[in-house]
Amino acid sequence: MYGLSLEAVRELIGHYNSIAMAIIEIEKLSKSYRVYQKQEGLLAAVRGLWHREYRDVEAVRTVDLKVEQGEFVAFLGPNGAGKTTTLKLLSGVIYPTSGTARVMGHVPWLRDNDYRRRFALVMGQKNQLWWDLPAQESFRLHERIYQIDKKEFTRSLNELSDLLQVQKLLGRPVRELSLGERMKMELIAALLHSPEVLFLDEPTIGLDVVAQHNIQQFLRYYQQQRKTTILLTSHYMKDIAALCQRVVVITDGAIKFDGSLSGIIDSFSGSKILKLQLSDGQSAEGLERFAEVTSVVLPKVALRCARAEVPKMLAAILQHYQVDDVAVEDPPLEDVIADLYQKSN
Amino acid sequence: MFALSLTNRVACWWMIFRIALEERLAYRGDFALGTLMRFLPIITQVFLWTAVFEAVGSGSSTARLAGYSLDDMIAYYLLSMLARAFSSMPGLASTIAKQIREGEVKKYIVQPIDLIGFMLLGRAAHKIAYYTVATLPFALVFYLCRGYFASGWPSSEILIAFVLSCVLGFLLGFFMDLCIGLVGFWFLEVSSLLFIYMLLNFFLSGHMFPLDLLSEPWKTIVDWLPFKYMAYFPAAIFLGKIPAEQLWWQVGTEALWLLGLIGLSRVLYSRGLKRYSGYGG
Repeated sequence: MYGLSLEAVRELIGHYNSIAMAIIEIEKLSKSYRVYQKQEGLLAAVRGLWHREYRDVEAVRTVDLKVEQGEFVAFLGPNGAGKTTTLKLLSGVIYPTSGTARVMGHVPWLRDNDYRRRFALVMGQKNQLWWDLPAQESFRLHERIYQIDKKEFTRSLNELSDLLQVQKLLGRPVRELSLGERMKMELIAALLHSPEVLFLDEPTIGLDVVAQHNIQQFLRYYQQQRKTTILLTSHYMKDIAALCQRVVVITDGAIKFDGSLSGIIDSFSGSKILKLQLSDGQSAEGLERFAEVTSVVLPKVALRCARAEVPKMLAAILQHYQVDDVAVEDPPLEDVIADLYQKSN
Repeated sequence: MFALSLTNRVACWWMIFRIALEERLAYRGDFALGTLMRFLPIITQVFLWTAVFEAVGSGSSTARLAGYSLDDMIAYYLLSMLARAFSSMPGLASTIAKQIREGEVKKYIVQPIDLIGFMLLGRAAHKIAYYTVATLPFALVFYLCRGYFASGWPSSEILIAFVLSCVLGFLLGFFMDLCIGLVGFWFLEVSSLLFIYMLLNFFLSGHMFPLDLLSEPWKTIVDWLPFKYMAYFPAAIFLGKIPAEQLWWQVGTEALWLLGLIGLSRVLYSRGLKRYSGYGG
């Protein structure tokens, strides 16, 4: 009637949906664990044999989140905040208490093979390779499990082991590798089937600075090339600063912030750091009248003051002191985040 | 389409099998020693039963225990050992429980593979590795002890039933251990349960003595339990202790037990996963 067949309309709607639908969509997702409340002492332990008290721990509470294809998102939060639980939910390892999630249109905890061929999970504290065999044997098993085309497999393996510089280690039993080398192998195992979505749970935990840096560089390069959607949890601010455009701060199982890393400072820190270099012979005495003095290493002095007061404060100080140099800086990110964590507790 | 996915599957199974075999051979010293140590108890058993028969029949060669002569008894022991080489699953249940406890099981949940099929292939590979090493010593022991097999080779029907019962015994043993391991989803620690199971298995499978020695009502009870298929049943088939008209019925009953356990393991796995909260991080 209007020159559009029903099929065409359906196709249009489908097209619209595929544009509108984010690659990861989480709605009101909650997960609570039932934990046995253990009392102290032998008597309580005996009583616990027949009468147990349980407590519900809400690891994730009504989380809403959308991630678009190709985003590199970091989950930031103190231990036990619910980051790993969220990744476990998204990779289908556990069932939620309530709420929904879709990753590439799949409900993760149904664990259909189509979904499992399209994502990968790497846990820094878990080993997925065969311990007593060379890593290449685990890789060959993945070739079969994920039904990777033989040529594609050889190409990926060469490329990945080149990038991570582990070609010479492929034939060595995994148990003989260092932690950093093993982590690189774990990454290769996870990426051989070119997952569209990658979950990384503390991939650099326990690694030395060089190994951390190698893995960061690799992840950045890989993500830029492939546009893989990556969710990462890490406690290393450097990982996050180097890799992620978007940071989601989770504390107590709920999202407290979702934006850029520098945005965290803007939203959570009301103060600035004033760094002064005093002229020769000037003493720092009396500066505490103007603002909180955080360090004095003459001739350098650092002060903290509320963001809105910076111009006024600076003018007052310059009136009373001879200053060679002035810098106004944001407080260190680590401090802002530590404050944020502490508030949540 | 179907044919393609089938060849893919078979290729995948073959790779799992190969890698499990390779892993098994990684510690060849420990493996070879462990295999050979299994043969030591034979000597003590021969001495034990000789002593028992001497006490019972004051050394007469016609003494019998529940229809078993001394020769039968030793032949029975050797055959039950062979049956147990199929049905025993050292370390399986505890490994599965440990993987659940330490969160390693996540690997199977995240990858497009089936945990139970994966374990079965791995265990089959372990067994093949074991047989490769054990065939020669087994053959030697049976050759040296050929005198105890008074009635010689059984008929081909009995041989077929014997082989079949050994293979079914492997599967039965696998699924029993698997089910106990999967209980780890609920209790995390299954070692006491495993201990009880091994104790029951030790006495009720006929590993210690032929089950014909039991008196009623135990004999009937044990007859209805699945344990006897792990050691007694194959040995009794070979020695012609199972009446011909019952032979295939009993093999059928074993197959039914197997189906039941396969079903149980599937239920335990899917319920267990629902309950699983990813312990250990």
